[in-house]
Amino acid sequence: MISRRTLWQGAVAALLAAPLAFSSTGAMAQGKTIKAVMHSDLKIIDPIWTTAYIQRNYGYMVFDTLFAMNDKLEVKPQMVDKWEVSTDKLAYTFTLRDGLLWHDGKPVTSDDCIASIKRWGSKDSMGQKLMGFVKGFEKVNDMTFKMILKEPYGLVLESLGKPSSNVPFMMPKRMADTPGSEQVKEFIGSGPFMFKADEWKPGDKAVFVKFDKYKPRAEPPSGLSGGKVVKVDRVEWLAVPDQQTAINALLNGEIDFIEAPSHDLLPLLEKDKNIKFVDWNPLGNQYTLRMNWLSKPFDNVKVRRAVEIALNQEDFLKATIGDPRYYKTCRSMYPCGTPLASDAGMDGLLESKFAEAKKLLAEAGYDGTPIVLMHSTDLQVLTNLAPVAKNLLEKAGFKVDMQDSDWQTVVARRAKKDPPSQGGWHIFLTSWVSADILNPVMVGFMNASCDKAMFGWPCDEKLEKLRDDYARETDPVKQKQIGIDAQKRAFEIGTHVPLGQWYLPGAMRKNINGMVAAPAPVFWNMTKE
Amino acid sequence: MLGFVARRLLATIPVIGVVAFFVFIMLRLSPIDPAAIIAGEYANPQQVAEIREKLGLNQPIFSQFFIWLGRLLQGDFGESFFFKKTVAQLIVQRMEPTLALTVVTLFIAVIVAVPMGVLAAYRQGSWIDRVVMGFSVLGFSVPVFVFGYSLIYVFALQLGWFPVQGYTYLRDGFLPFIERLILPSITLSVIYIALIARITRTSVLEVLGEDYIRTARAKGLPERIVLRRHALRNAAVPIVTVIGLGLALLIGGVVVTESVYSIPGLGRLTVDAVLGRDFPTIQAVILLFSVIYVLINLLIDIAYTLFDPRIRY
Repeated sequence: MISRRTLWQGAVAALLAAPLAFSSTGAMAQGKTIKAVMHSDLKIIDPIWTTAYIQRNYGYMVFDTLFAMNDKLEVKPQMVDKWEVSTDKLAYTFTLRDGLLWHDGKPVTSDDCIASIKRWGSKDSMGQKLMGFVKGFEKVNDMTFKMILKEPYGLVLESLGKPSSNVPFMMPKRMADTPGSEQVKEFIGSGPFMFKADEWKPGDKAVFVKFDKYKPRAEPPSGLSGGKVVKVDRVEWLAVPDQQTAINALLNGEIDFIEAPSHDLLPLLEKDKNIKFVDWNPLGNQYTLRMNWLSKPFDNVKVRRAVEIALNQEDFLKATIGDPRYYKTCRSMYPCGTPLASDAGMDGLLESKFAEAKKLLAEAGYDGTPIVLMHSTDLQVLTNLAPVAKNLLEKAGFKVDMQDSDWQTVVARRAKKDPPSQGGWHIFLTSWVSADILNPVMVGFMNASCDKAMFGWPCDEKLEKLRDDYARETDPVKQKQIGIDAQKRAFEIGTHVPLGQWYLPGAMRKNINGMVAAPAPVFWNMTKE
Repeated sequence: MLGFVARRLLATIPVIGVVAFFVFIMLRLSPIDPAAIIAGEYANPQQVAEIREKLGLNQPIFSQFFIWLGRLLQGDFGESFFFKKTVAQLIVQRMEPTLALTVVTLFIAVIVAVPMGVLAAYRQGSWIDRVVMGFSVLGFSVPVFVFGYSLIYVFALQLGWFPVQGYTYLRDGFLPFIERLILPSITLSVIYIALIARITRTSVLEVLGEDYIRTARAKGLPERIVLRRHALRNAAVPIVTVIGLGLALLIGGVVVTESVYSIPGLGRLTVDAVLGRDFPTIQAVILLFSVIYVLINLLIDIAYTLFDPRIRY
């Protein structure tokens, strides 16, 4: 019989031994599994139903695209083997690659792709624009289909190779037939990873495993195009909402990768020799200030011009990012380093010429009405923008009423067209992923279609015509000039103000290699030593 | 006794009703639109409107309330706005981590705090008493997350004894399960150790001055028997009350602790639901917490009868 003392001795011994037993698990070998902490938890599994980036990232794991953008921002065939356009530029013929399979083993067909384009085209802004030019689709055979246009359209491939939300991902027809207003209920794609629905625990983790039957292209990976060769068995996205905890877990070797560590915590990681940074999104992001054309005094172009003159980019970037390694000023509405980047129309702007701004305000008859500036206080990359704007605008003669709230309140409030005194607004600041603002059709804030435009509701026929001309133009040289003209017009009328480019590297353990630089974080080509 | 329990349970119905009504209305009055959150940062107004209609958010508030109430009375908490799962499924999925964290925390708190409090009372004015009281003040004053990060720094990052974050389900093995619970439970227990130790000390101190204690000592009983059988049992009612209330307060504590240690429990579910304005989930979780709170109070009342035979219902 075991005595009470023996039991106690055993318990004490077990307790003492516990830390030793536990210590081994922290460094336990994880095989070919990459454990990643993404910028958000995966809650929705339909990348067309929402524009949120975590669903876009999920889409790149599970689904594939007909075309994709390479690291030179050129659109290249991805699922498509070959394509041709008729001489009248009204018919595009696409032929799929041999051997493409869905995760349930069935072949990818023309019917699937036609249905997928239609569903995406019913939701996405660029897709809707494309579908406005599409007369119909024709299935030639299981591998080939045609897109017939009503009139020539210059952004067919750019639309199908759109790199960011909503990405035209291909789905099986039965999924793609789901109305755009409803979420798809399955997880079947033809991408390089399969989603493990049985292991998905929202708020805990999402698991992806290598799709053995995926047929990568022969070309090396480049941006979001090229060979998507999976070199690990499994990828786990862990939901770790607290940044400090994620950093600690990376330092302790419990996870391998953090997609978006906040700038203020980067110095903690820089000291550790087992950690490295990867600039997976070299195009970065752009800060932007948006004015509400419906609210006085911003219905007056001179007042909007005064804002453009009063601000400068350096102050915003210093206050929010701080470390100059992670930001650069960029005097262009299109991101610097992209084909349309230009300083056209920017003479005298963004140089904080307060006297000039004051003069314009006087000419406009600004009566000192307080400007409601929405201040988002809960997202670190946005928090310091509004106070800088307040400071600069006050120096230019504006009276500013900065109102604090969380970002979701800003998102809800910015959609209101009411006067600022009744819950509306004058100004808010945000950030765009550079890959989403490459040309005047993609730049949401350049949409000047009055009531149909994004919040801020600019209204300008000339700019809208330039955007339409850009979309219709099929000659790249002429198209570029139209894009630059559109920027000039946008500055002239004051649609929005670009406040510089910023970057946020991902952090990973040194034994992780091969991450492809692209507008979205992708896990093909990654290795774990 | 059964009549008392039945009456108390019946009395909870209007309480839960009031909670349900206010939670529902307050969420609907908040300026934030869940449809805009779901649609994503760059959605156009049409996309947001479609989602709002799909979720039934464009109906009048009272219609929404009565639809929800009708379903609730049939035991249907509804479907999460985000996850393609019912709220009941989500709660069941998140129950184990929170329950495990609560039980281990309470276990640590009680086995540490009660002896501490008794010892402090027995050695009143000594250095032991001062240490216990000092710890109590510290435990109350230092925020949970500061303890959490400090423990992580020392025991996970420096000594490497425990993992930084995460949760392992009990079915995957007891050792990994308890390994990931120790630091969070210690973190969460600190404030309850402070609370329970302080109340135990006060309560035992009061009892130690009673005539029956002097009588027990005069009979020649050893001090440990005097303390355990006569002092502690008579001091138990306030201690049980504070342990019970502490259990209810744990609900708030797990929200922070689960975030710091990345434990996918009900606390994290609540935070995620609030941040995402997932109305059905917030409503269900708050109702669940209200029911738990009411039941704990009932259990405390019943427990009184075990420690004090004079109490009868």
